[in-house]
Amino acid sequence: MMFDWALVGKAVPLLAAGLLTTAKICSLAMLLGVALGGLLGLASLSRIAPVRWAVRGYVDFIRGTPLLIQIFLVYFALPVIGLNLPEFWAGVLALGLNAAGFIAEIVRAGVGAVERGQAEAARAIGMRHRQILWYILLPQSLRTVVPPATNELITLVKGSALLSVISVYELTRAGQAIIAVHFAPFEIFLLIALYYYLTISVLAWFSRWLERRLPVW
Amino acid sequence: MTGIVLEARGLTKRFGDRTVLSEASLSVREGETVVIIGPSGSGKTTLLRCLNWLEMPDGGEVLLRGERIGRDAGGRALAEAVLAAQRARIGFVFQRFNLFSHLTALDNVAIGPQRVQGLSASQARERAVTQLARVHLADHVGKRPNQLSGGQQQRVAIARALAMQPELILFDEPTSALDPELVTEVVDVMAELAAAGMTMVAVTHEMRFARGAADRVVFIDEGVVVEAGPPQQIFDQPLQERTRRFLSHLHL
Repeated sequence: MMFDWALVGKAVPLLAAGLLTTAKICSLAMLLGVALGGLLGLASLSRIAPVRWAVRGYVDFIRGTPLLIQIFLVYFALPVIGLNLPEFWAGVLALGLNAAGFIAEIVRAGVGAVERGQAEAARAIGMRHRQILWYILLPQSLRTVVPPATNELITLVKGSALLSVISVYELTRAGQAIIAVHFAPFEIFLLIALYYYLTISVLAWFSRWLERRLPVW
Repeated sequence: MTGIVLEARGLTKRFGDRTVLSEASLSVREGETVVIIGPSGSGKTTLLRCLNWLEMPDGGEVLLRGERIGRDAGGRALAEAVLAAQRARIGFVFQRFNLFSHLTALDNVAIGPQRVQGLSASQARERAVTQLARVHLADHVGKRPNQLSGGQQQRVAIARALAMQPELILFDEPTSALDPELVTEVVDVMAELAAAGMTMVAVTHEMRFARGAADRVVFIDEGVVVEAGPPQQIFDQPLQERTRRFLSHLHL
């Protein structure tokens, strides 16, 4: 079998359109995942037990079920309760909710790893639980939180390939469409892999840059 | 009962089946410096930590100007906001400084007045600068804790307590984590505060400080307050055999 360079040349711009959708969906899902995950992470350290239990339940559900099933649930089950989302937004929501569960856990662990005397000193000057979290513990946890959170965002980008099953025209789906016409799975999947690899490299590079900029103490 | 800032009555604390504090009582008058001494593991630190409810006693009560700390008369825990407001009135200096690692000396001192007492950022900074000058650190306001020596860090911690304008300050072995040559600068600051009329309770092994600055010395052993009195009495004519034995180990 010959490697079809001509097809690769044709596929590059077609896949780029898919990559653009992947980038859009992932960026929005990351925003949702980081914001909601951070919030849930703080909520998991709440003084109110039912709040902690609720977060625990959410995290357990996200961790305990496959992303593919979560995507189906958002896409097919939400319309049952009257929420009809276009594929694009269903994808953003599913990926974002999934990442939030994992990031919540990362934030909880990161805050918990801050030395105990820090919270004690804050309590001694009269700070309240919420202030201690926000002003003392959270800023100090950033350095431990960034690397595992980046891993989670990388997982999110990879997970976005699954959105092809609800016909979001993202990178993987775009590739499948080309394969269906030209039947050149090797060339196209190799090209798709390269696109994902480059995207994730950019993300990893950004994370290292951010990590370097975080102060050491 | 006027003039009593803080009073602890019958404090008992158990860790598991070990009783570390047994019916300990203590009262601190306005402007007084009380020094708590005793062998290690005797319950000194636990007693001090119970005074601002960092440690919750199993029995007994603590009164700040007559107001119950931590628990109401029926034994129910006070609301978080109430307890936090009470703690804000009591300074606490830790053995290991516990400065906020991510903040400069200035911000370490300013954060309490700003976030707890609601001062504006500029007012809080102004107050922080004043207090840092008071502990002779005016030249180090912009430094992070890891850029300061242990003695300097402890003085920032004292400034952090002072900036809250507390009714009294509790010191938990403030010089025990310091290199010997850095002890003096911290003890000097404490002596200055005592001389300026600050109400203080200090757990310390610095017997020179106890002798020179304390109005009253309390000796604790095995969780029990054995003896209390003016330093001359405790150091020169202790009434209790246990006190005498402890002091003889110190080679004074």
